[in-house]
Amino acid sequence: MNKPLRRIAIFCGLLVFALLARDNWLQYVQADSLAKHEKNRRVTIERYSQPRGDIIVDGKPITGSKATPGSDLKYKRTWKNGPMWAPVTGYSSQRIGANQLEYIDDGILTGNDDRLFFRRTLDMLTGEKKEGGNVVTTLNGAAQKAAYEGLKGRGKGAVAAIDPSTGAILALASTPSYDPGDFAGNTNDEAQKFLDLDKDKDKPLVNRALRETYPPGSTFKVVTAAAALENGLYDDIDGKTDSPLPWTMPNTTTPLKNEGDIPCKNASLREALRVSCNTVFGKIGSDLGKDKMLETAKKFGFNSEQFVPVRSNASNFPEDMDKPQTALSSIGQFETAATPLQMAMVASAIANDGTLMEPYMVDELQARNLDTVEKHSPKEMSEPLSKENAQKLQEMMETVVEEGTGTNAKIPGVTVGGKTGTAQHGVANSKNPYAWFISYAKTDSGSPVAVAVVVEDSKASRDDISGGGLAAPIARDVMKAVINSKK
Amino acid sequence: MSSTTHTSTIGAIGAPSRRNTELALLAFAVVIPLFAYMNVGLALTGEVPTGMLGYGMGLGLLAGVGHIVVRKFAAYADPLLLPLATVLNGLGLVVIWRLDQSEKLQARAEAQFGAFSPSAPNQLMYSAIGIALFVGVLIFLKDHRVLQRYTYISMVGAIVLLLLPLVPGLGENIFGAKIWIRVGGFTIQPGEFAKIVIAIFFAGYLMVKRDALALASRRFMGLYLPRGRDLGPIIVVWATSILILVFETDLGTSLLFFGMFVVMLYVATERTSWIVFGLLMSAVGAVGVASFEPHVQQRVDAWLNPFSDATLQQTDQIAQSLMAFGSGGVLGTGLGQGNSDLIGFAANSDFILATFGEEMGLAGVMAILLIYGLIVERGVRTALAARDPFGKLLAIGLSGAFAIQVFVVSGGVMGLIPLTGMTMPFLAYGGSSVIANWALIGILIRISDTARRPAPSPAPNPDAEMTQVVRP
Repeated sequence: MNKPLRRIAIFCGLLVFALLARDNWLQYVQADSLAKHEKNRRVTIERYSQPRGDIIVDGKPITGSKATPGSDLKYKRTWKNGPMWAPVTGYSSQRIGANQLEYIDDGILTGNDDRLFFRRTLDMLTGEKKEGGNVVTTLNGAAQKAAYEGLKGRGKGAVAAIDPSTGAILALASTPSYDPGDFAGNTNDEAQKFLDLDKDKDKPLVNRALRETYPPGSTFKVVTAAAALENGLYDDIDGKTDSPLPWTMPNTTTPLKNEGDIPCKNASLREALRVSCNTVFGKIGSDLGKDKMLETAKKFGFNSEQFVPVRSNASNFPEDMDKPQTALSSIGQFETAATPLQMAMVASAIANDGTLMEPYMVDELQARNLDTVEKHSPKEMSEPLSKENAQKLQEMMETVVEEGTGTNAKIPGVTVGGKTGTAQHGVANSKNPYAWFISYAKTDSGSPVAVAVVVEDSKASRDDISGGGLAAPIARDVMKAVINSKK
Repeated sequence: MSSTTHTSTIGAIGAPSRRNTELALLAFAVVIPLFAYMNVGLALTGEVPTGMLGYGMGLGLLAGVGHIVVRKFAAYADPLLLPLATVLNGLGLVVIWRLDQSEKLQARAEAQFGAFSPSAPNQLMYSAIGIALFVGVLIFLKDHRVLQRYTYISMVGAIVLLLLPLVPGLGENIFGAKIWIRVGGFTIQPGEFAKIVIAIFFAGYLMVKRDALALASRRFMGLYLPRGRDLGPIIVVWATSILILVFETDLGTSLLFFGMFVVMLYVATERTSWIVFGLLMSAVGAVGVASFEPHVQQRVDAWLNPFSDATLQQTDQIAQSLMAFGSGGVLGTGLGQGNSDLIGFAANSDFILATFGEEMGLAGVMAILLIYGLIVERGVRTALAARDPFGKLLAIGLSGAFAIQVFVVSGGVMGLIPLTGMTMPFLAYGGSSVIANWALIGILIRISDTARRPAPSPAPNPDAEMTQVVRP
């Protein structure tokens, strides 16, 4: 009987061999794809297995991590003053996922980023646990607070503030906001909260400062003024312009209207901006033509998305228009639309003597031990206007604040330049207009801040809404906060 | 056994008993799981587990008792079997304890049964009962040939055991498979015990009938075809295993019995034709049953497409098991640091190998598989060394069944073959399995002892110088 016994032995050996071969296939050849399989919950478990790195403002974290007992996802994200910071950080939810900064710099925050690889390998050898790094932002806590508090009292709106000399974003607020901490975990309650927010008619989840475009109204007139100066249409901001009143748009019989009875006939550029003449700037746009207007608008950043690194929607200056449409677009109507960030960029380029810096909000990525992984160096984006013209435009904007529509933005002891805007929208302009204000502040050492504020659908009555009344005080508070924090 | 005092030609082969080898290996078999236990504790809580001393003493005591009984009652037994079984049982206990600590499985048990009770203490008790049975086998079964007397009783016993789960009020349907019975507070898997009983029956039956089965045959195309009436028993066994498959929806057990029978039949008759018949009939049976039995179809679908939506709606066990293996990689996450509790149901029984896969990696699983391979190899070697046909058949039947069971279970959890509801011998949580497998090892040790034991010295013979003893 021994011959069959030996054969059975070989057969049993083959069975074991088949198992060994299969095991090698599973745990060596296929190991990686199985370990990273989309259905493999370990990926999620691992992701939340240690406290997430923090997002830093003014040297202090504005985020944190909290243990979640009873869940296999150990740590969830927390925020200090979530509604205020949500437009900066975005959310990071175990159930929903992450967006904005939390998403873009997820690798650093979780510690999975390839740039941390060497450190991780070392940690593995020394038995240290993997740790997430920090994202150091350029934001200014006081300015953010001023922006958010200012907006909160006025319903829906957004603020973007930039340091003109570097492009560093100082404030980025949006209301109504949401608390990302409300749905950071993995429970059904939290998922429901997110769904409710998503369905909310007021769209609290939308980051208005970056992702909502509004007709910029009269604030766009500074772009038109820049185009006029750059293209040599007018050189002297105090000289008379060729501006009849009433002015009928070319190829039409429709006269362009001003708000009220204001002295716009042949008004100088300074005067026209001070009282916000539609006729003067409409005619400038029409005289320059759509191509020159478009060129200047594009230099200011219109018609392209910005990545700060969070994506900002492209603001729009129409490319295909006839003359009357060009006139309307040049006063921020028709299809012209801008994000608050875009208008802050316009103000910052003017404040920075004509040079537009690339806007950014992440200064530095750090490993857990505070070693720098990546550092941002300010970059020039374009030069929409020359230094001389920029300074002329500054004078004009400063007059607006000194004795024009923007007096609400005055700060004692500080030179402030600004422009108001009240953009009509809705069918036959039936809805509450958007109140805009863009401005910059100047001290002896240059301009530390440029800001754009938009307040939409204000509950105040229609007559009260004007950029100067609603938006300018917020801009003033933000600028004040920045200047005070620099002292 | 100082047979050398006589000048007879046999009996002088003073085979070493190898008991000290066994003792040394046993020390490793106790220490390795002990370190594993410490490892789990350190990984989970950062502390050496408090049960360390108790567990070490418990396992050491069980191994020690086993060793002393073997030394006393089966001095020439194979020295590897006891340590190999001990190390598997010990590691199984550690991993069961490790899974007891999983919050996910605790919550799962609370949601399902209202309360969670740890499995490791039970398993330790079952192991003790298993060792007790092992000791009992060695003490009371002085010679395995005694079992030959119970050939037909065994047959009846096996059929009763196999059919018990179908008895109303006694049988228990747990997640679709009817292979358990409930007695008092315990659920018992009679199939595990039937494995041994049926091997005794086959060995006894085939030993008697082997000549008839082997010689009376017609040659056809190079194969010896058995006579129709000799096909009777194989068809009865085949039909029984099909019945088990259909009525108890237990693919594993039916495969196990049929495979064991074919192996023993082949060894008994030395006729390759039986293997051909065996494979044909199991293919026919499997395809036939799969074509109308939805349970079997589901298992095959789940095996072919473990990640498909249709499968995941039914069960994600196989997908989870595969991902556990994959996540372990070559070296594993380290004991206590994996997430194999994602498997959920049966994580510590049928799927326990997946936890080894994730936490000990390819290296660990290969070691485990080789330990199983060694147990089978020692069993086959015992069969080769056995001097009587009954012992040969019984040893090869038991080790063949062991090998098939290991293959079917680990092949199932590794996605090599469709999943069947069977447990990894010694590793998996389950009283019946541990107890029955210790009995199985006991029988193998008994056979190997008989096989390696030097012949008893002949009675003092005054004519010793002149007579040569001729022994069959």
